[in-house]
Amino acid sequence: MIVGGGGAGLRAAIAAVEADPTLDVAIVSKVYPMRSHTVSAEGGAAGVIKAGDSLEEHIRDTISGSDWLADQDAVELFVREAPQELLRLEHWGCPWSREPDGTVAVRPFGGMGIERTWFAADKTGFHMLHTLFQTSLQHERVRRYDEWFATRLLLDDGRAVGVSAIELRSGQVRAVVGKAVILATGGFGRIFPFTTNAAIKTGDGLGLAFRAGVPLKDMEFVQYHPTGLPGTGILITEAARGEGGILVNRHGDRYLRHYNLGEPLDIRDPVHPRLRTMELGPRDRLSQAFMKEQDQGNVFDGPYGTYVHLDIRHLGERRVDQKIPFVRELATNYAGIDPVREPIPVRPVVHYMMGGIDTNLEAETALPGLYAAGECACVSINGANRLGSNSLPELLVFGARAGTGAARWAREHAPAPRAAVETQAADEQARIARDLINRRDGDERIATLRTEMQHAMEAGCGIYRTEATLQAAAAKVAELRERARRVQLDDHSLSFNTELTAALELDIMIEIAESVVHSALHRTESRGSHQRVDFPQRDDGRFLKHSLAYRTEGAPRVEYRDVAITRWPPAERVYGRAH
Amino acid sequence: MTSGATTTQTIGFEIARYLPGEDRAPTLRHYDVPYRPEWVVLDALNYLKDEVDGTLSFRWSCRMGVCGSCGAMVNGVPRLMCAAFLRDYLPGPIRVEPLANFPIERDLVIVLDDFMQKLRAVKPWIIPGDRPPPADAEYRQTPAQLADFKQYSMCINCLLCYSACPVYQHEEEFLGPAVLALAQRYDHDSRDRGNSQRHELTWSDEGIWDCTFVGECSAVCPKHVDPAGAIQQAKVESTMDWYRSVLWPFGRR
Repeated sequence: MIVGGGGAGLRAAIAAVEADPTLDVAIVSKVYPMRSHTVSAEGGAAGVIKAGDSLEEHIRDTISGSDWLADQDAVELFVREAPQELLRLEHWGCPWSREPDGTVAVRPFGGMGIERTWFAADKTGFHMLHTLFQTSLQHERVRRYDEWFATRLLLDDGRAVGVSAIELRSGQVRAVVGKAVILATGGFGRIFPFTTNAAIKTGDGLGLAFRAGVPLKDMEFVQYHPTGLPGTGILITEAARGEGGILVNRHGDRYLRHYNLGEPLDIRDPVHPRLRTMELGPRDRLSQAFMKEQDQGNVFDGPYGTYVHLDIRHLGERRVDQKIPFVRELATNYAGIDPVREPIPVRPVVHYMMGGIDTNLEAETALPGLYAAGECACVSINGANRLGSNSLPELLVFGARAGTGAARWAREHAPAPRAAVETQAADEQARIARDLINRRDGDERIATLRTEMQHAMEAGCGIYRTEATLQAAAAKVAELRERARRVQLDDHSLSFNTELTAALELDIMIEIAESVVHSALHRTESRGSHQRVDFPQRDDGRFLKHSLAYRTEGAPRVEYRDVAITRWPPAERVYGRAH
Repeated sequence: MTSGATTTQTIGFEIARYLPGEDRAPTLRHYDVPYRPEWVVLDALNYLKDEVDGTLSFRWSCRMGVCGSCGAMVNGVPRLMCAAFLRDYLPGPIRVEPLANFPIERDLVIVLDDFMQKLRAVKPWIIPGDRPPPADAEYRQTPAQLADFKQYSMCINCLLCYSACPVYQHEEEFLGPAVLALAQRYDHDSRDRGNSQRHELTWSDEGIWDCTFVGECSAVCPKHVDPAGAIQQAKVESTMDWYRSVLWPFGRR
């Protein structure tokens, strides 16, 4: 029984039925699978396949990209299995872009020392998602519960045995029971006001796990992608820079050269763009450079905030239309400029969450029978900063492992007694009716609380943080947790009540935001995407550790666990020169 | 969307409202929304949902034209609400209704059970037949072979084409534009050997031969998939196949 019908959930479903064709697999998803946010991934998926590349190189790039916070055994396993998974997608029909000889093509990506990113033009996630979904349709034993919203994990004798979920069409809460549960609900960028993430990215799976006592790991690490469109936050893919796009400030300066990312090459130089250099540095460093430029007044100021220019004009119309046509479509529609003729205004935007449900290499959580995979999970291979194009292979590798593992678990365990779980679902229906649908004495509006939360997170927990800003965010989010108990709905009906689901999502987002803020408060060092102005150095002595946030009745409790270091001892992250 | 320049201008909306069990039929309700030139119809609906009327129901997610959730009739034309700018509808009012040709679940939310069932019926997956995938390597597929089906793989299942299709309006059995284009996508994929399994359905009267080639589907497609072109191509292929079977009854296809 899988919650989430995006890339990780669909990969898990196929793996489970392939591991045991007698198994019944359920996918519970609040949207139809092809609406899942995997669809928005653009640039590509990393996997070692070309001569001249090596597993060792991909491992090293990922570990230094993570600022040494990734578990090295997990990274090794991930890098080893990623090519097989990408080949499997190829065999299932994914329309990967090709070389003239018919082999798959690869492109350069930020923080990667060799071209190893497979791509399907600049709609890689879209094609992967539709390939997985369409492939899943041939498996009769995969039963989908489309537009069912999971509200709570059902437990029996200390193990996960299903979820209670609202069928949106009827408004009824029902128990969806399984011998094992896989959470694959994606990220939670919507706790911030300015994000590339779709509306559905509210961290539902993290909420389910957290409330069942499972810790959330490394929640303080929030990835800002350096190139989002001002106003909407729509993503302009890193592939724009992989193809040779450059970043310039309002003085026409390629400002990244001031931030220890190497020297710029002329755009006509055949070596441009140089790997692991300048525009192909890692995302955390590029977003931090923007903030420094802003402090110095070197950025443009527009109606939707400050920005710099991403210039791809020198690529020419043909190359843009062939390699990154979606960039042109998005910039034309949503920024009102044709990037073949004008530079694109961009600014850093919340994009990806390195943190998530604490899992091991087998995608297992601390709760027996509960698995997690994809962005909602934290294995961890991404550590303090994920490299672009590692998230798509991650959801394949660990989605597959979760599916296989859950199938094995299901074979070895008896089903839970039906009556016990039905009672839990009935309790859940009563709670939702009482606190939300039928309530008439509430005095808080969902949108007000959501907006206040988002702005508190941006102000207190953005690219640069201090004790004071984090304390302010913590106080605000705690206040919002209280006020959220008094939410008043306009909509008291049962039919497709999206105000009800928005209220449930808000509740989850506030709890998750609290875990982000408190994890950030406790980590008094700077590492990767977590930059403390009051503690600017990396502190391996105290913090070469994963944070684990546990739910309590008050603020979350934060504990630590050592990072798994195998063959790559901590070192300086070096970009723009030999390493 | 973060707040831009404030303005006192407003634009009118007529939005179809329908609650099953209470309303016998959809009715239009009027709303006024602040006018912002950079807003799309979806932004206006989210403003209403958040600030004015929490009961207004519609689907949306990516707000960038790739998830396919937010199709609706905007002034009578099927559009993605995230790609329909208010500035193109001045001075208003803007009429927003659920996609035509589908049962209505609530307000702007349509029932897409029929589409989901048809999608599966055309077997939209690689059927390797006598050519299983190479071990530890990719199928070789040249850029020209990729180009032969790539366009048909761009469908986001937004269903605007079903709303525009005059055949689907009258004949529920018709497989419809998006599904037939998807079948053509797999038929033309060099990795696939499943054509004959699909043709039983797609070359039938519920399939390509039901299409009268009005071309409305391709006109409204936000991703330029050209389902009408896919159906025409399939008709030609089906006809050639028939002639071949008649003229060379003992020959190989």
